[in-house]
Formats: sequence, structure tokens, C-alpha cells
Amino acid sequence: MKIAVCIKQVPDTETRIKLADDKKSVNEDQINFILNPYDELAVEEALKLKEQNDAEVTIISLGPDRIISAIRSALAMGADRAIHIKVEKIPDDPGVVAAALAEVIREESPDLVLLGKQAIDDDHAQIPSMLGQILDMPAVTVIVKLEIDGQNVKAEREVDGGHEIVECQLSAIIGAQRGLNEPRYASLKGIMKARKITIEEKTLTLKDSALEILEYNYPPEKSPGKIIGDSADAVPELIKLLNEEAGVI
Amino acid sequence: MKALIYAEHRDGKLKKITFENIGVVKSLKIPFEVVAIGSQIENLESELGKYGAAKVHFYQSDTLLNYSPDGYAKVLAQAVREQNVDVVLLGATATGKDLAPRLSALLNAAMATDCTKIEKEGDDLKITRPMYAGKVIATIRLTSEVKIVTVRPNVYQAVESAENCSVDTVQAEAVDFKTVVKEMISGAKGKLDVTEADIIVSGGRGMKGPENWNLIEDLAEQFSAATGASRAAVDAGWRPHDEQVGQTGKTVSPGLYVAVGISGAIQHLAGMSSSKYIVAINKDPEAPIFKVADYGIVADLFEVVPRMIEELKARN
Repeated sequence: MKIAVCIKQVPDTETRIKLADDKKSVNEDQINFILNPYDELAVEEALKLKEQNDAEVTIISLGPDRIISAIRSALAMGADRAIHIKVEKIPDDPGVVAAALAEVIREESPDLVLLGKQAIDDDHAQIPSMLGQILDMPAVTVIVKLEIDGQNVKAEREVDGGHEIVECQLSAIIGAQRGLNEPRYASLKGIMKARKITIEEKTLTLKDSALEILEYNYPPEKSPGKIIGDSADAVPELIKLLNEEAGVI
Repeated sequence: MKALIYAEHRDGKLKKITFENIGVVKSLKIPFEVVAIGSQIENLESELGKYGAAKVHFYQSDTLLNYSPDGYAKVLAQAVREQNVDVVLLGATATGKDLAPRLSALLNAAMATDCTKIEKEGDDLKITRPMYAGKVIATIRLTSEVKIVTVRPNVYQAVESAENCSVDTVQAEAVDFKTVVKEMISGAKGKLDVTEADIIVSGGRGMKGPENWNLIEDLAEQFSAATGASRAAVDAGWRPHDEQVGQTGKTVSPGLYVAVGISGAIQHLAGMSSSKYIVAINKDPEAPIFKVADYGIVADLFEVVPRMIEELKARN
């Protein structure tokens, strides 16, 4: 079985994002970059499948050289190979990224493609479904449980207010959601082994972007409200304010 | 410019985001067509008429009973061609987020996810969408011929304006599905999702354990609210992942967000600080949650919440 896992490197969740002077990008100087948490779930799921079946796990990632640390993290967890699609800057248009990933996936022809349901930086959540369409494969997104039996895929998908069981056939694309598994920590042995793996480099001609950033801004700052009280006796006043001032109840 | 509003439905009922999206295009004075896909939808025209749609194109086929991303995307692409539209609006719901990127790839049309504001500038749209779960607000423009936008639920208002709505039933193109929905997990049905709720009551580490969550549930019941949780509560295994609010959970902007025993980590604040009103209950006066709260009570939640339940019960 061949499994491809698409990953992205993103700022960690505790990062306070600073905008660049042009207000069209993010200042990367102080950022602690990590492997996108949802992609980490995808790597873990691939490794679990590798333990059950005989599988080769290939990491595919697109970005500048800084993303190599995220690729190494995935390799240290236990992936076998990695392909780095080299670009100077990650395109703003997810459609461009999906097309590039699809090109590499097509060459690799894996049985299964795993990736996070979204990246926690741009929050587009477009790539898994786009890959499904471009590669003419079933894509099941926001998956919290995955079972693969031969060619049959059974996946539990989170939908608004519930879960649904979806079935399809390999080759398939799976978008991982929190709950799917608990990603392992890389072992020292894994980290050492990952260092010796040569990351394959690729350069592709990217398609034109159709998403233009006009401006980035910080969210409007909320002015702190009032502290109504320091005991349960403040509750009637709170209810009154919610009713009369806020009008929400 | 002409827009297509995708009428999302579940279990035969239209979703509120459909009416909200009609509100979006009407406020921008963009002519629009409403398209529904399925095999049978109850009260389709009466519901849509109530919110100002004069016509709905119902792409019908018995094979479209259940949602499937590839099948529905193909039919929606058919509708985009036949209705001659250049903007497609869907909800940033589980279905919309699954379906829209498929359509985007199928039509080679650029797409913006989870948008919170749409403005018309000549023949262009200026689109606002949060990134980094709300730490950054981006304004963007899509430059492809057809543009696809998913709109965050609960941001725009559905406006009632009675129309006599007629149904134009269209035979949907034949589709074969690559994915099949086998079942909805029982018990989960009917539970209000945090992304769709007007009021959310959320609990954090201060709740001390899952055994105390009846307080959150009882309070939520009094508010007719959905229940949410902080990452700390989810990581501890106290609550399911689908309740998590924040950067690796859901981003929400309800009318009222009640944070109970939540300190307010950056990643949590990013996911909820665009709520219209925020109430914080925490015994630590230094908790960052108070920096975004409209109303705060600095006290033991185990005293405050039961009192709230009692007071609300007396009102209801």
C-alpha cells in the first residue's frame, strides 16, 4: 500500500500574529513554526495503517525552505520518504496549491492520500475536496474515524450537529479532524533516522493565482467590559443587562 | 453580476444559512437565482418565498436523495452553467465547506471560505474573511470568471420579505457517486452545533471535570444554547472534539457567548472574540477572558452558574 500525506507548516496556536508593513502578508520573524496540527493527525493515521499493513508513507509538502523542519518532524514520527515542492512563498490561492499537490500525487499514484481537513493559518479548508475533484477520487473530509479493509474505506465524518458514516473505495482522499487519533511523539531513534533521509526536491510551474490579497488587518479590538460583581449576587444584574442592554435574552 | 444561492437542506429541511445568503445578495442588490439539489424537499417554495425568493430551481433526481460531494458538485456545476451566474454563495457549513471546493476545482473558479463580509465594488466583490481563526482579518478579491464564496452562518441576518415563490424543477444530470453516506450516528441528530447557535455556553478547565458538565448543559438549556468547550477541556477528554471552540476547533460568532471557567488562551480568544456579547465567569480576576468580556463576574462558577440557572428558570 502506498500512502501519501500532504502537510503544511504553520505558526503554532500560541503565536500572536504580526502583520508585515505592506499589510498583505505576515511578519515571520518571531514565529514558531510547527507541523499543522490537523496534518499531524494525518501523519499519525498513515503510520497506524503502516503498522497494520505493509505500507510506504510519503510526505508531500509545498513551500519555501523553512518548511523542511515540518517535513523532518513528519519523517521523525516514522514516514519513509518526503517530497518538497520548492516555492519561494506559499501561494495565497488554495487552488494553486491543490493543483501542484495533485501533480505530484498523480506521479506517485498512492492508494490513499491523507491530509488535515484544513491548515490553521489561512483556514481555507479547500485542499482535500479540491484534490478529490482534480484527481477524480472520492474525498471524505473532517474524518474522526477511519477503517480500511482491502479496497473498502469506512469513515466517520463530523457534520453540523452529528456524525455520519461514509463509505468509498480506494484510491481515496481523507481529510483528518481532531478526534481521529492522538499523534505520537517522535522517538530519538526516529529523529536520528529522519536526519538521514534525503528529501526529494521538486520544482513545478504553478498555475496563476485567482485570489488577490487586498489587505490584512487585526480584528477590531474589544474594549473590556464591566465586571459586574465578585459573587453570585451579581447574577440578577447580569441577567438584567443581558436583557435590557444587550437584548440577547 | 448574477449570483446563485445554494439552498442547503438536511433531512428535508432548508438550513437557515440559505435565507441568510439571500439576505446578503439582496442587501447588495445583486440579482440571484436559488438552486436546490435533491430528490424531495418539504415546503421548499413556501420557506424560500418567506425570505424573498421569487423562484427556486430544483435540480431533481431520485439518485440525489443523500448528499454526495462529487454528485452534488456535478449538478451544481450544471446549474451554474444553465442559470448563467458568476457568483456562487454557499454556507460555510459542513456541507458547504465540503461541496464548494469541489465545485471550485470543477469550474476552475477561485473560492473564499468562511466569509464574514461581502461588498460589491463595481463588477467585483470585496470579501472579508478571518484567518488564523480570527487573529487576522483579510480582505480579498477573486479574479476568476466564476467566484465561489462560503459565508459564515449567523453573521448576516435572514430577512423576511414575502414573495410568491415558484418551483422550476429541472432534471439533474446523471451522476454516479464515489462516496455513499451509510448512516447518521444516532443520538447526535438534532444537537445544536456551536457554529449555528445564537447563544453558546462554553466550559473550560475551571469546570474541574466532566462530572460537573450538567451545570453547562442546564445553563445552555435555559438559554436555548449550544454547548461548547475549551481546548483544555477537550484535551482532558471531558468533552467531544466537535464542541471545541478555538483555533484547532471551531470559530464562532454567536449573539451571546458565555465562558464558564475559561481563562482565555490566545487560541481560544481567536475563535470566539467576534461574538456580539461575551459573558465571563471566572474566579481569577487576571484571566485574559475578562479582556474581551462585555460582562464579567469574578467568582466561583459553582456558585454563579446554579444561581444563573435559577434566575433564568424563574424568567422562562
